[in-house]
Amino acid sequence: MLSSTAQNLYWMGRYLQRAKTTARLIEATQRMALQSSGKEAEGVVAIFGMEDEFRQSQSREGQTQRQGRKLSDLVDFLAFDESNPSSIISSIGAARRNAREERNNITVDVWESLNSLWLELSAKVRGKRTNLDRGALIESAKKQAVMIFGAAQVTLLRDEAYNFFQLGAFLERGDNTARILDVKYHRLLPDGRPHSESLDYFAWSEVLACIGAVRTYRRIYRSALDPMKVAELMMLRRDVPRSVHHCLWMVDLSMRELADIYGTHGEADRLAGELHARLRYARIDQVFEIGLARFLGSVRDDIATLSEEIGRQFLLD
Amino acid sequence: MAAKTFDEMLSGADGGIRKAYEGVKRWLDGTSPERLDATRAEVDLFYRRHGITFGAYGAAEGSETTIPFDIIPRVIAWDEWEYLHKGLVQRVRALNAFLADAYGEREICRAGVIPEQQVLMNAEFVAMAQGLELPGGVHAHIAGIDLVRVGEKDFYVLEDNVRTPSGVSYVLENREVMMRLAPELFSAMRVLPVADYTEELLQTLRSVSFSDDVEPNVVLLTPGHYNSAYFEHAFLADEMGIELVEGSDLFVDEGRVYMRTPRGPQRVDVIYRRVDDAFLDPLAMRPDSYLGVAGLLGAVRAGRVNIVNALGNGVADDKSTYTYVPEMVRFYLGETPILQNVPTWRGDRSDDLKYILEHLPEIVVKEVHGSGGKGMLVGVTSSKKEIAEFAELVKARPENYIAQPTLALSTCPTFVAKGVAPRHVDLRPFVLSGRKITIVPGGLTRVALKEGSLVVNSSQGGGTKDTWVLAPDA
Repeated sequence: MLSSTAQNLYWMGRYLQRAKTTARLIEATQRMALQSSGKEAEGVVAIFGMEDEFRQSQSREGQTQRQGRKLSDLVDFLAFDESNPSSIISSIGAARRNAREERNNITVDVWESLNSLWLELSAKVRGKRTNLDRGALIESAKKQAVMIFGAAQVTLLRDEAYNFFQLGAFLERGDNTARILDVKYHRLLPDGRPHSESLDYFAWSEVLACIGAVRTYRRIYRSALDPMKVAELMMLRRDVPRSVHHCLWMVDLSMRELADIYGTHGEADRLAGELHARLRYARIDQVFEIGLARFLGSVRDDIATLSEEIGRQFLLD
Repeated sequence: MAAKTFDEMLSGADGGIRKAYEGVKRWLDGTSPERLDATRAEVDLFYRRHGITFGAYGAAEGSETTIPFDIIPRVIAWDEWEYLHKGLVQRVRALNAFLADAYGEREICRAGVIPEQQVLMNAEFVAMAQGLELPGGVHAHIAGIDLVRVGEKDFYVLEDNVRTPSGVSYVLENREVMMRLAPELFSAMRVLPVADYTEELLQTLRSVSFSDDVEPNVVLLTPGHYNSAYFEHAFLADEMGIELVEGSDLFVDEGRVYMRTPRGPQRVDVIYRRVDDAFLDPLAMRPDSYLGVAGLLGAVRAGRVNIVNALGNGVADDKSTYTYVPEMVRFYLGETPILQNVPTWRGDRSDDLKYILEHLPEIVVKEVHGSGGKGMLVGVTSSKKEIAEFAELVKARPENYIAQPTLALSTCPTFVAKGVAPRHVDLRPFVLSGRKITIVPGGLTRVALKEGSLVVNSSQGGGTKDTWVLAPDA
């Protein structure tokens, strides 16, 4: 298999996951904004570090007349703005380009489900915006992304290509969860301490909703929302499929598979194993002793380094 | 009682739009008919996909129907809600005091306020519940109080539901649908959220455990998936993260209740039961019940498990006890009732009976233990033959009936085949009583979709609306 194939599958996994995260984030943010004053809504752009880009896109269109329309502008920016590289349409477009180059290396099921999502999105986004049902389109994008991952699970040959796809998807997912937790937590509790008096139920359930884990939380803890438990669930629970721990466990597994196939070991293998172990053996009280922001910051930095090392080790660039 | 029907949108001062509905009016005027039609078409699909369905007993697989949902919200201003909230808290406190008393010393009877036979001879009285001392003294943990509006300031309580009131899942799902389908409408006004209902419900359930355990084990007992409200049972259990059990999942051993799990028996502390009294325990109640748990009521009496709502609550909410609720407020709380009862004639009083039989064409007659809009006569919309037949029923068992004037229920703008038209509505807020009383703003608005109809029950062609309580600063 070529390095370029590995690269395409890796990025297809990353973009597809990013689109799914963004769709979920928009839904959670919108729900939150409709239920409370809506001030929190803009914080969502910080998760992708897109504050400046969003402000620019606003001023392009004449800020003053648009005061009342902040929320729908935000949704448009995150979902349908092709100048925003993290928007759903951009991410799906990028994933589709990667898939198209590797049509011979992926199954028909995966290609067709991804392609039809892109066709639907681009037709609707480029059509008349006034009649666009944004909610339906975002929901549809999220559902179809889930089905593309499902198609990958049940149809892809478990070879090198599959492992690169998995690597990309789980690295992105782990990074996304870490970003969401990092940004949201410190907006809600700026001093970083998990005190629970005068807790905003809606704000905290929104944090969980960003990774689709509101009901999961109840199932696991069977108790009222508690910031420390929310952080534990999102970071350390191995059994929560979007937790940072779970994702890095899957990344480590794929790295081991690749090491078996190629017989190589490098810095990427070491870092994947170390990151997995760090999340696996961390205790939530210790994380808060170190400081959640510091802990998450180092995890996010190391995920970025790992991505670079994977590129170096497998000649992806 | 107002002679002219009060419309919640149009009956403003000088015939203008009422303030609370200004946002809705702008939305209706500013949205194209095609867009509104498209939105309406999505609603049914949404409900079916989410499996939010209503299946009657014995219905074949796949024959569940959805309760029609109307996308124009029903809006309640903050000051109206503040008033209703106060009245609801007062009424439910009185009902709980009455239930504790009815199964205790019956002081209200000894004081001559309510005749003892009204309690003891009531078909819903459960002798086994006598002398029960429940955590916090609470019997009606979840109460659904049906309210109707007839004028700008006139609200009436139509009936109290303190057995197993249902419908709250529609309150939560209707809001989800509205946020999903008409987000633009929310930006026009600030609506108080309702999604914390399940959080409050779980706290209420936990707060009434007999055990001191910090995390008491709460389960939801359902009659099973053939029950028409099964969707609601599964929904609430899922939202609360508690087990949804049927009678066969539970057993009683040495006076304690356990659930069967692969890890072995696990103790149960509180049972939120959606099974009627008669079916709860084949040893104590109906022996042919497969829905209950043998020995359950013994465990309740021994203070080992609490059931919510308590046993025998029917004595407080049947239509003949209803007439005494304002007296309960005065007797137990020493307060003046905030919420009014609808004036009611009782078939068991000879003067009243005479009035009922003479005025059948203009009044509403209901069975004392009836529910779901069945066994009732709405005089103004009935034929002479129906009235004559019903008169015979009343004469045969007068004590089984009560009657009320035909109320001009308020109307709200509603989508119908021809566009937007006024339709009659009622309101069922859900009141949670544990160590404290909480009411999630609003409640379930039911709407009679047939023109002129006053019957809002879903089994009789009623639909629902999302109910919006506006924030104080809105």
